[in-house]
Amino acid sequence: MNLFRSTVIWPLAALAALLLFNAAASPGFFQLEWKDGRLFGTLVDIVNQSARVPMLLALGMTLVIATGGVDLSVGSLMAVSGAVAAMQVNRGAPLAAAVGLALLATAALGLLNGLLVAKVRLQPIIATLVTMVAGRGLAMLLTGSQMVPFQHKGLQWLANGSLLGLPVPVLLVPLLAVLAGFALRRTAAALFLEATGDNETASRFAGIRTDAVRMAVYIFSGFCAGLSGVLEASNIAAADPARIGDTRELDAIFAVVAGGTALAGGRFSLAGSIVGALLLQTLTLTLYNQNVPPAVAPVPKAIVILAVCLLHSPRVRAALARRTASAAKA
Amino acid sequence: MSVLLQLDEIVKRFGAFAALRGVSLTLRSGEIHALMGENGAGKSTLIKVITGVHAADGGTISLGGRMLQPRSPREAEAAGISTVFQEVNLLPNLTVAENIVMGRQPMRGPFIRHGESRRRARAALARLGMEADVDAELGSLPVAVQQMTAIARALDQEARVLILDEPTSSLDARESAELFAVMKRLRGEGMGIIFVSHFLDHVYEVSDRITVLRDGSGIGTWDTAELPRLELVAQMMGRPSAAHEPAAASARAADLPELLKLEALERRGSVGPLDFSVPSGAVTGLAGLLGSGRTEAARLLFGIDPATGGRVLLKGTPVALKSPRDAMSAGFAFCSEDRKVEGIIPSLSVRENIVLALQASRGALRRLPQARQEALADRFIRALNIKTRGPETPIGTLSGGNQQKCLLARWMAVQPTLLILDEPTRGIDVGAKAEIEALCGELCRAGMSIVFISAELEEVVRNSSRVVVLRDRRQAAVLEGAAISVQTIMEAVAAA
Repeated sequence: MNLFRSTVIWPLAALAALLLFNAAASPGFFQLEWKDGRLFGTLVDIVNQSARVPMLLALGMTLVIATGGVDLSVGSLMAVSGAVAAMQVNRGAPLAAAVGLALLATAALGLLNGLLVAKVRLQPIIATLVTMVAGRGLAMLLTGSQMVPFQHKGLQWLANGSLLGLPVPVLLVPLLAVLAGFALRRTAAALFLEATGDNETASRFAGIRTDAVRMAVYIFSGFCAGLSGVLEASNIAAADPARIGDTRELDAIFAVVAGGTALAGGRFSLAGSIVGALLLQTLTLTLYNQNVPPAVAPVPKAIVILAVCLLHSPRVRAALARRTASAAKA
Repeated sequence: MSVLLQLDEIVKRFGAFAALRGVSLTLRSGEIHALMGENGAGKSTLIKVITGVHAADGGTISLGGRMLQPRSPREAEAAGISTVFQEVNLLPNLTVAENIVMGRQPMRGPFIRHGESRRRARAALARLGMEADVDAELGSLPVAVQQMTAIARALDQEARVLILDEPTSSLDARESAELFAVMKRLRGEGMGIIFVSHFLDHVYEVSDRITVLRDGSGIGTWDTAELPRLELVAQMMGRPSAAHEPAAASARAADLPELLKLEALERRGSVGPLDFSVPSGAVTGLAGLLGSGRTEAARLLFGIDPATGGRVLLKGTPVALKSPRDAMSAGFAFCSEDRKVEGIIPSLSVRENIVLALQASRGALRRLPQARQEALADRFIRALNIKTRGPETPIGTLSGGNQQKCLLARWMAVQPTLLILDEPTRGIDVGAKAEIEALCGELCRAGMSIVFISAELEEVVRNSSRVVVLRDRRQAAVLEGAAISVQTIMEAVAAA
């Protein structure tokens, strides 16, 4: 895996700038503490929270976007998997079965997305919008529109427990990302994916099963959303069908785009998306720390998003390069 | 005659690569000026500089005595420079009239005055001596009409300079003749026309002067009448020309074992029935006018459009060709005529484009080792003389001829038994053409069968051991050995 494609530089730079700002503005931001065999601190919280949702969703979203599609349903699929997992453990199912069933359900809904896109040939934005609405409805239907609290050590451990002194998601999600990256680049999957996203007709004529490629990425995205939903439910020991994952698909899309994968499809960077997710979470927390009212917070967020996206534009970069060059001359 | 457009010492660099190193050109009003050069000579770049797509890094442009620095195609158009590109870049889902007035629509308040648009469109077409339904959707019309629409658009903009980039590459002889009549008429009206073409016949038929580019430099400008063809080719290539030596297709098709047999193969509403066989180790030509069903026949063979009747026998065994993958597993390969849409994966590298089909046939799990991919890419870049900065350069940045060579490499890498080439030499220069023809000969000697589709009859005659002539989407004749000549093919095409 090419971890340091040049595109990763920009979100990394933005992240570094944000961390520097925090170092100056909020003392104790970088403080880490070892307590009860576990590491505590703001940085750990940032990584943990971003791993649980934006990073995980962005993992699947990156591949979907690389094929020139988009998956709006991930937030709703989180609600489905959270509900399924919570209801299963309440019914006394073992952890593996509960989580397995939840992931199976969202992967199946991902397959539905894939079929709508690849076989029915709906626009991805429409196909996944359908699933987004239907998925939320399904979660409501399953739970009778009620919050489903649970008491289950295993399920709660997934988001709240620790491994090697770190919260479980902090290890689990990056591990999944590395495995996915490894599986894609060590096989020809990444090549097929990028080719399909860049020119589907030519890829099909070159013998690539572009339909299968597109279905696979939606299934994977469904799987990632499912895992994220389980972690969200685990975190608060309850599945809230109305609120889990609400509008989080937008966070995922932001993380992917900020990470340098173009919405038009083609080249993708998983490493970039991970940095993008970290950037998003750091930004959210920074605004919170600075006592920016939640109602106003989206504005500075939007500005940072715009700045990172502009930095990815070849034209803006060329203009900046020219300016620095002429400044150097002067 | 007065100077209309003057280019002085134009320089254009892409990174460290100099695409233009000081090119000068003088276009007079009332002349047709041919711009010639091999692939990568800098013709396209020069045109993009004139039309404001690229900004020049050095040199000056003046139009009618005034300095000009177009920063966008729109500015160039406003100044009076219009371009008709090789692949007509109009909007196929709009009407002819809308395409002609697009961007300068007559308005009344916020509303488009459609009546006035139609009138202006008709007036522009009339100047070309054309009558067309201006309300027809452009995409539903033949390429020739689309091209005329593009030229009419230039007239509507009161262009003084018209640039035609490979306008005849998708026209048949009659359509080309019509285009030339229009060009001569516009020349008579004082317009300056820059004409880019790879067809020497066409250049000699219409142009007044010729400017030759080579490797980004201007080699010189001549009066067409004073530049013999051989001299022109030599100037373009910078080496003695081998392009016009016939690559003798020696083997007699009837003596060769049969690889493929088509029995009443057809696709209703598209092409057929086709009844012919393809010998192994030889070139089978598919000839016919534009729209005669050549490409449709190729798509049928490669399983892109499944057949509705008849069958294909591969060494005597029927094969089902329902998808490109079916065709590939039968050992077929297909190089499409539409490089941009059906061939290249533009933002992937030359290496990735070359290994793509081979990798696809191996499946996702059995990835070609990196070293083997690099070795393949290096081998083909050298063997086919592909001009690229390196194997990791995105293929979209290469010139058309070099992209074509990469696509040939993609299919040669899978070592097919049957290679279907649809217009492999379209829009590429004389040198690359000769190289590709020579390559076909080599592949055949190594046992490969080739189905070769071309609009250029000489090319088909030169290379084929057997020629299937199509007319009106049907098979009109099969010619063999000594019976193959431009004359016999034309007779088959013209027969009632």
